[in-house]
Amino acid sequence: MIRFIVSRIVQGIIVIFAVITITFALSKMVPGGAVRNERNITEEARKAQEEYYGLNKPWIVQLGLQFKHYATLDLPESYHYKGRGVDEIIASGFPVSAAVGGAALLIALAIGVPLGAYAALRPNTFEDRSSTLAATLGICTPSMVLGPLIALLFGLKLRWFNASGWFDASDWVLPALTLGVIYSAYIARLTRGSLRETLAQEFIRTARAKGASEGAVVFLHAMKLACLPVLNYLGPAAAGLLTGSFIVETVFQLPGLGQFFIAAATNGDHQLTIAISTFYAALIVTFNLLVDILQAALNPRIRLQA
Amino acid sequence: MSSGTKQSLSPMQAAWQRLMRQRMNAWALGFLAALVLLCGIGPKLSPYDQSQQDLELKATNPSMGHWLGTDPLGRDMLTRILHGGRVSLEVGLLATAVAAIIGVIYGMTSGLAGGRTDAAMMRIVDILYAFPFINFVILLMAIVGREFWLIFVAIGAVEWLTMARVVRGQVLALKNLEFIIAARACGAGFWHIVWRHLLPNVMGPIIIYASLTVPGVMLLEAALSFLGLGIQPPDASWGVLIQEGAKSVESYPWLLIYPGIFFSLTLLALNLLGDGLRDAFDPKSMSQQ
Repeated sequence: MIRFIVSRIVQGIIVIFAVITITFALSKMVPGGAVRNERNITEEARKAQEEYYGLNKPWIVQLGLQFKHYATLDLPESYHYKGRGVDEIIASGFPVSAAVGGAALLIALAIGVPLGAYAALRPNTFEDRSSTLAATLGICTPSMVLGPLIALLFGLKLRWFNASGWFDASDWVLPALTLGVIYSAYIARLTRGSLRETLAQEFIRTARAKGASEGAVVFLHAMKLACLPVLNYLGPAAAGLLTGSFIVETVFQLPGLGQFFIAAATNGDHQLTIAISTFYAALIVTFNLLVDILQAALNPRIRLQA
Repeated sequence: MSSGTKQSLSPMQAAWQRLMRQRMNAWALGFLAALVLLCGIGPKLSPYDQSQQDLELKATNPSMGHWLGTDPLGRDMLTRILHGGRVSLEVGLLATAVAAIIGVIYGMTSGLAGGRTDAAMMRIVDILYAFPFINFVILLMAIVGREFWLIFVAIGAVEWLTMARVVRGQVLALKNLEFIIAARACGAGFWHIVWRHLLPNVMGPIIIYASLTVPGVMLLEAALSFLGLGIQPPDASWGVLIQEGAKSVESYPWLLIYPGIFFSLTLLALNLLGDGLRDAFDPKSMSQQ
């Protein structure tokens, strides 16, 4: 198990440095470059700025400098927000994205798992069909359609929440609801499929033959195995929530990381694009590792393999 | 059903029969065919051009002249939705084709090479799965100026990973079966075996995963266009229309709802068809239905 974790951590570090390299290469393709985008600037001032940011050095040296920044966790300054370190900017945007994403994940699990289990326990009934249909419809509703409609209904018409912005303590609710409803549909489908498959297995028949109650069979025996695919899905789901955050942060005008990234990508703030991409990669790597460890803890077959 | 007659069917024909046995699949296929037809010829039959403005008209409700109303610039919504649908479908299909080609070549190479090469190539895929691809795509679109062809190349270049895994698994399972060994013993060349024996046998999974990739790709295109990084107005895709609708959702909610309905129904049909194809090619998964 320790060997497994160490090898995954090494793999994660490779991912992070590959992401730094790729983002660096992509941002070097921007026509003009960061400093040259500034207007009304004398030749000397431009030279001085390039000197300051190390932009006059060869590319390979600049890439080495980036590696050094991230290896020593001494992060550079943003080009655009002068005097602010990229870590400061991430620290201001991430709590917004994390609050929305975390709440969305909890909403998705709280709706998806019970709905899927409910359908799985009543196969081929009206309840099963209608909840499966609801889940399929949820998967097919894009967040950029659902988001504005939720904002219209709960924000502008009913006035329960702010339709946009990040001012009140309750401003995470509508964006988290948008993402959570969509992801709950995926989770409901997964739960239904895997619980039905699990209930058909022999160890369930054994548990029933022993005289275990239906509740114990479902919740103690079947659910433990049935939640593995759901758990497995949480890795990609976390990555998907990051993607979704670009959309909901635009719809609800939240000052989250996604907004900072889009701004940085369009105005040539390479230090910030590299930093946010790297931060996302680190998040995904960490999340996948946690999912793997949890999975090993729940599934004896995986545990024995490792 | 004429399965009583002792007629031998090719795997493709048998899969088609199983697919059409489910009424939902037939509906989904019919809807998509109708949509492709409408988006293909609809904008030409319409008396309006998708970008033709009528500033005196402004936004109107559906009427005899404009079946789905007009937007704030007086453009006919139905024409714009059908035109946008064509763009979205084109991006979806082309990007999926790019993803499928990369995935099939990569997966086949890995599966056929076997041993260390295979292990290394699959480790690379594992590593790529952890990449924040959406950031790369956004950065790429921000840099190279939002070209149409770049959208599907960029999307296709990030969506091939699962295809590569699936194809590699199939090739590994197939390559040591008797009929391949027999073909080799008969003196069949490498390309002959790949082209005539391996590829037809992995075609089923390729079709299934391609059909499941299309909705994901269309969502990604819509997301990029919604963020202003994909298709650029006055050209339209469903992402562009949804973005324009979202901006004026308070005053004219139907400008969001109509393209939203078209988009959702298309995603629904594609998802149903993908699931149906999976069941049709792999009767074992029917038990999960």
